[in-house]
Amino acid sequence: MRNLTEAVIVGLATFLAFIAAGLSDDALFKAHAWVLCVILLATTIVLLRRVEIPANGQALPPTDTSGYMDGVIRYGTIATLFWGITGFLVGVLIAAQLAWPELNIEPYFNFGRLRPLHTSAVIFAFGGNALICTSFYVVQRTCRARLFGGKLAWFVFWGYQLFIVMAATGYLLGATQSKEYAEPEWYVDIWLTIVWLAYLVVYMGTIVKRKEPHIYVANWFYLSFIITVAMLHLVNNAAVPVSLLDAKSYGVFSGVQDALVQWWYGHNAVGFFLTAGFLGMMYYFVPKQANRPVFSYRLSIIHFWALIFLYIWAGPHHLHYTALPDWAQNLGMVFSIMLWMPSWGGMINGLMTLQGAWDKLRTDPILRMFVISLAFYGMSTFEGPMMSIKTVNSLSHYTDWTIGHVHSGALGWNGMVTFGALYYLVPKLWNRTQLYSLRMVNWHLWLATVGIVIYASVLWVAGITQGLMWREFDSQGFLVNSFVESVAAIHPEYVMRTFGGLLYLSGALIMAYNIWRTIRGDVREETPIGGIAIHTSNVAEKGTPSTVTG
Amino acid sequence: MSFLEKHKKLERNLSLLFVGSLVAVLIGGIVEIAPLFYLKNTIEKVEGMRPYTPLELAGRNIYVREGCYLCHSQMIRPFRDEVERYGHYSLAAESMYDHPFQWGSKRTGPDLARVGGRYSDEWHVQHLKNPQGVVPQSIMPSYAFLASAPVEIKDIAKHLKVNKIVGVPYSDEMIENAMADMAVQANPDGDTQGLEERYAKISIRNFDGDLKLLSEMDALIAYLQMLGTLVDLKAYSQDENLR
Repeated sequence: MRNLTEAVIVGLATFLAFIAAGLSDDALFKAHAWVLCVILLATTIVLLRRVEIPANGQALPPTDTSGYMDGVIRYGTIATLFWGITGFLVGVLIAAQLAWPELNIEPYFNFGRLRPLHTSAVIFAFGGNALICTSFYVVQRTCRARLFGGKLAWFVFWGYQLFIVMAATGYLLGATQSKEYAEPEWYVDIWLTIVWLAYLVVYMGTIVKRKEPHIYVANWFYLSFIITVAMLHLVNNAAVPVSLLDAKSYGVFSGVQDALVQWWYGHNAVGFFLTAGFLGMMYYFVPKQANRPVFSYRLSIIHFWALIFLYIWAGPHHLHYTALPDWAQNLGMVFSIMLWMPSWGGMINGLMTLQGAWDKLRTDPILRMFVISLAFYGMSTFEGPMMSIKTVNSLSHYTDWTIGHVHSGALGWNGMVTFGALYYLVPKLWNRTQLYSLRMVNWHLWLATVGIVIYASVLWVAGITQGLMWREFDSQGFLVNSFVESVAAIHPEYVMRTFGGLLYLSGALIMAYNIWRTIRGDVREETPIGGIAIHTSNVAEKGTPSTVTG
Repeated sequence: MSFLEKHKKLERNLSLLFVGSLVAVLIGGIVEIAPLFYLKNTIEKVEGMRPYTPLELAGRNIYVREGCYLCHSQMIRPFRDEVERYGHYSLAAESMYDHPFQWGSKRTGPDLARVGGRYSDEWHVQHLKNPQGVVPQSIMPSYAFLASAPVEIKDIAKHLKVNKIVGVPYSDEMIENAMADMAVQANPDGDTQGLEERYAKISIRNFDGDLKLLSEMDALIAYLQMLGTLVDLKAYSQDENLR
């Protein structure tokens, strides 16, 4: 009887959510429990419709578990794309709100509630789905083993989507811990912990049953990302809820200790979620797309250990000149500067993998995407250490320069490497010989790149303008500018950054169309790029029985 | 190379790789964070800090809920321009009862660490209802809905209790009287004697000008008006608190 147990479990959970909504005397918790109840009810109905009961005692045909488990990865690629576009859209909206405050609709769609929605949507929904689905793909191929745990991988996928939806609806309703990038309240945090541990089990279980004695470098990065995120999440979210039926909780840390715990978490959300995990992605897809081995084995070892060891120390650079003791600030600065080296180790290893294959850049826009991604990775991992120098930070902190820096990393590095990986994966996962259109990939690439360049450079201007206006004194020793003059001064930059974001979003929309047509099995009639016809799938795929090679 | 040979063991052993990664990522956090809990000079010695009153705490929760920290810092750095613009630089002691801290990381709007007492209650009401009406170039969203939203906390004492569990020194008396204290802080005609005894340097008045309703506007303004006003900065000695 397929799906019956699942339907019963989700049905019971629906009932529990219903009870919780009824019993709670906290309006916020009540509303959020209703949201959960509706989601679970819909899931129960879907599951019930899929229950298969064998007729007359005959056994159901067994599920084929001989090949790789790719169904969950197909769902993952679609989810990545969906959440990516959602996150970019909310990003464009809140950018526009900063330029035109009339666009705020109180209370649910004010900037303060939408901003966590944007950051969580792009980091955890878009980035997280990209990491989960690519890691499931990579770990199976490099271990030559099917995902461990049977349906557990599906639990990870759907459990993670539930986390995203609960977090997002919570922000709009006003449930937040106010810790940046760790906003979800205690009950959503507990759920994420369960899902994340299941992810760790699936991932490590697959490595345990590998048929390849050597654990490939991409898996080191993915593994360290999963372990570290679990550690960060558990410590930073330690809190005591007001009651088990109340959305509000109070964190166990306070003031200066809380600040450092938060930025130890916050910086390593960047370091492990957005760097180590995505380097794992890079170490598989760049060599595959270039059809070249990784440039240096030795470099990958050194930069892996250096990166994960050093990153953890860098958090205090978010707290320069604050009430955090100086010794901690200085430690943070020194380690942030050292971090430049292993970061560039990764960039060099990725870029140099193209050695002997640089000519492919003329004809392969997907490879171009990876190269642009690595270039932005290098750029932002230089900019980061520079901004962590206390003197520079005294100007840049609290300004839009930081926002620009984050986006050159997130849009440039994380976005581009994800797009490249999706373009690589989709034809393989759906057994298509090639993408619908390579020229559209090229359009996506340039729209996104121009979008990022506009976004980052206008926010440099905006940030430095703010920093200089705030500290400007006249000859008599008085402050020259009131605060609001610095707000008015950067209005043109806010408008232009919205435009940059729009370009990036439009590139992603082109991608969605391209992917949709690819899945349908269409091929666009178009002139090949550079005059030479290439197929994205003509890269040899070792040990993938289900893949059609071109 | 022997180093590569040795590393081969890690690459073939998941347990070693797991333990190795975990140890590598544990060290930095332990070295940086743990000392903050036992080094006595981490938090300065100051006079005047007290826990939030129930109404201020309710207001602070609204500040958190609306994501104010995303645009307003509460951390004045020790620079000439910041000290002139916002007041004395922030001390660690001033946020020692903050679960969680609200230092922020971005100033789309000005710092609020010492906004208490800078503007009148009426200014805050007008500004929260229509920021552009008071500051034409402001890009702040409107929070007019706060004025008509009642403070919907059935039992603020529970909030104080949980704060006590995580280390805020609320007395049993404060917890017992929490509900009454919350209401009476916005009612200058009420019996406020006990409240004033429990909480030093407290402002007792109707903050939003509407006596009929204890609104979220009352709570938020009560919180904003106490920000940065507790510590006696004249008695603070910089030299005795070198860190």
